[in-house]
Amino acid sequence: MSDHDRMAVKNETTRGLVARVLYVFQLVLVRWGVLPFLLIIAVVVFALLSENFLTGRNLMNVVRQSTYLTLVSMGQMFALLTGGFDLSVGTILALTSVVGATAMAAAYTAMPDAVVLSIVIGMVAGAAAGTAIGVVNGIGISLFNVSPFMMSLGMASVGFGLALYMTGGTPVYGMPIEFGDTFGFGTLLNLPVPVIITIALIAVLYFVLNWTRLGRYFYAVGGNIKAARLSGINTRLTLFLAYVFCGALAAVAGILLTARLDTGEANIGATMPLLSIAACVIAGVSLRGGVGRLENVVFGALFIGLVQNGMNLARIESYLQIVVIGALLIFAVVSDQLRLRYIAKISS
Amino acid sequence: MAQHLLHGHRDGGGELPRHDNSPLLELTGISRYYPGIKALDRVDFTLRSGEVHVLFGENGAGKSTLISIVAGAVKPHGGEIHFAGQSLQLACVHHARTLGISAVFQEFSLVPDLTVEQNLFLGSEQTKNGLLDKKYLRKRSTQILERLGFALRPDQRVAYLSRAEQQMVEIAKAFRTSATVLILDEPTASLTERETEQLFDLIQQVKSQGVGIIYITHRINEIRQIGDRITVLRDGQRVATVSAQTSERELVRLMTGQVIDQIFPKIAFSPGEQLLEVNDLSTAGGIVADVSINVRRGEIVGLAGLVGSGKSELGRALFGLNEKTGGSVRLAGESIDDLSVRQIMDRGLFYIPADRRAEGLVMARSVRENIALPALHTRRFSKAMILRRRAEAIQVRELAGRLNLQPLRIEQDAANFSGGNQQKILLAKCLMQEISLFVFDEPTVGVDVGTRAAIYEFIRDLCEAGAAVLLISSDLPEILYLTHRVYVMCRGVLSAELSANEITQENVLRHCFEQQAA
Ligand SMILES: Nc1ncnc2c1ncn2[C@@H]1O[C@H](COP(=O)(O)OP(=O)(O)OP(=O)(O)O)[C@@H](O)[C@H]1O
Ligand SMILES: [Mg+2]
Repeated sequence: MSDHDRMAVKNETTRGLVARVLYVFQLVLVRWGVLPFLLIIAVVVFALLSENFLTGRNLMNVVRQSTYLTLVSMGQMFALLTGGFDLSVGTILALTSVVGATAMAAAYTAMPDAVVLSIVIGMVAGAAAGTAIGVVNGIGISLFNVSPFMMSLGMASVGFGLALYMTGGTPVYGMPIEFGDTFGFGTLLNLPVPVIITIALIAVLYFVLNWTRLGRYFYAVGGNIKAARLSGINTRLTLFLAYVFCGALAAVAGILLTARLDTGEANIGATMPLLSIAACVIAGVSLRGGVGRLENVVFGALFIGLVQNGMNLARIESYLQIVVIGALLIFAVVSDQLRLRYIAKISS
Repeated sequence: MAQHLLHGHRDGGGELPRHDNSPLLELTGISRYYPGIKALDRVDFTLRSGEVHVLFGENGAGKSTLISIVAGAVKPHGGEIHFAGQSLQLACVHHARTLGISAVFQEFSLVPDLTVEQNLFLGSEQTKNGLLDKKYLRKRSTQILERLGFALRPDQRVAYLSRAEQQMVEIAKAFRTSATVLILDEPTASLTERETEQLFDLIQQVKSQGVGIIYITHRINEIRQIGDRITVLRDGQRVATVSAQTSERELVRLMTGQVIDQIFPKIAFSPGEQLLEVNDLSTAGGIVADVSINVRRGEIVGLAGLVGSGKSELGRALFGLNEKTGGSVRLAGESIDDLSVRQIMDRGLFYIPADRRAEGLVMARSVRENIALPALHTRRFSKAMILRRRAEAIQVRELAGRLNLQPLRIEQDAANFSGGNQQKILLAKCLMQEISLFVFDEPTVGVDVGTRAAIYEFIRDLCEAGAAVLLISSDLPEILYLTHRVYVMCRGVLSAELSANEITQENVLRHCFEQQAA
């Protein structure tokens, strides 16, 4: 065998390998979208930029930090599935935090011995306040046919104004220390409590979306509301519930974040609308409604958490980080369009 | 005048090649694949100027795919297109349009929030000094609609039009500019005789001017009326190209590979108790005015009338979709006037809408989810809110198989099926629960002969099993051969009730046009 031949054979096998890799690449792209690639790229880049990135501790950190966004993104997914979206998720976080902290502190001052009771009172008050925004959104959108854009934008202003008005812009102190110790910093079986709560909620929501009638109805209403109506589905109720779910999940995130911060803050959550929509879109949730998977959304939120963490470790300035996140969102949408075009093209 | 309309506003459209021996359009070896499917497999096709070339074939045979390629909407994976003697690579629909290839697609492409006129001129609005020349546009759109004989107003919003009326707007769009190749994909699927006749007159006109026309239809009598040559497709392959004089039997044999003798089945008539009783029903705007009808078990009752006669609105009002302004509806003796769709359905009335894309199916979801959707709350598919997904998959597959869904892939999105197969998915939706009264609004829109026969058998079985059927249809043979009794509507009022021997073409048509019941 001459050198020339050997070269040719080698070329042949590399070409075969390249072809096979390309094929796998295509399969992944078609099936799961861009997210797996983005995840790999992010991990590689940040691992190169900072040696602390790929440590078990840091990764656990990423998971813990991402829980808040994961919860909000899952809520946002319900709104997106029905063909709308919710711009008030950030406000819900803030209002939950302020109302919850105020109620808890007041209860604790009144009954210094009843720690558990005051924590419960605070959490219930916060959750109720946050969910109430979702309820109002739901009523406006389902009953009065207000566009989700206007409705949630209006409620974002209303909620934020209320939170500022209640606190005068200063943080709310005076919650029992046990609250933060349990829901902010506590661990169970070596897992942070917020992570455990998030995992439990992921399981519940997965079940709701895939194994209950209601879950199916969200997809149907988002896919074609008229067809859903003619199939006997209560479309108003379904729309309403989507925004209530969204509000409730954002409220849970608000409570957990308050525990972590140990104060009630009106200034949290401002980036949540953008980030949660980005997480969903990167995960392949259709902006037109009717399409999207919960597990992908969880990965979408984790991905954004990963990027933020990596950028922090790499000491990228926080203002620049905002630029990167915005660019990522647009990149995700563009690449999804390219993917659709690509699917149409190969389809063979 | 007509001449002016056709040639007065030529935007593009090169010179017509008038050598009659060389074809206007020549496709050779065209292939197109979809995942797991050869939608087109090396198909040859020629179109001469001044001929109506009919594409004929079962649902999913590849007809729409073929014309989409000619119209630039879909790219072929193999083969060549020659247009006026030159090799051609179409980039997009707009490109095809500038060459004078104009198409009416099976699925509409209208903007619902715009008016008829705005839709007609979308993308090529006439301007004067940089502003819209509204006077000119209004004049032109009125002219076009008048010439087509369509009863539409230019300022109507498309969202409020029925499927048939939207079809007319689509057709008007294609006739707006002068074309060299005109493509019509099942244009008459939801039109009645009158509009169809007008369309055919027009086709004859442009044909005599040398335009080549590709025409897709499932109706054999239309082929007789306007066709010159027929190309039969089966499973993505060209089976034959024959003259329009070929017998129906032969065409069906070419299309299906088997002989189908009888499209309309014999339906036994043994009426039972009265199930539906409608008294003096009226809807908003007088679209339906004081209509009283009744339907008994074991009976197929037809509801005939022209486009806009209110027959479809009547069906929708029964189901609580259109607001009633007067009258009452009783199902099995009980009033259903104030019930929700779900409650009406649970009492045994099911309405299958005419427009599968707008109201029938959730296109982005799977066949399985679509079919199970209306019955998801029954014990068949769920128990205390929780879905029984295995049972769902098994039952949907079984039903889809029974209706001969092609391809039989229930996890595919509904959007990926051909028009006729989507229609089967839609029909399947009403079979998943106990229904005693079926209201079908144009159940065979865009359905091939074989499937049509299957759907008729399906309706027969429902009827003979004791269900009541209200058949709203613009298809005259369907009304004539399938129903036991017919109500004819005209401008919102009932103009006749015909039964047994009175159900003749002449009678039905006469009452369709009649102003008021004598
Ligand atoms: N976007 C798509 N994705 C996947 N498959 C498709 C797509 N469009 C069409 N097909 C498949 O290609 C085949 C041909 O479809 P086509 O729409 O051309 O049929 P047709 O002859 O027009 O049928 P009909 O009479 O029902 O309109 C069908 O099997 C269909 O399922
Ligand atoms: Mg078709």
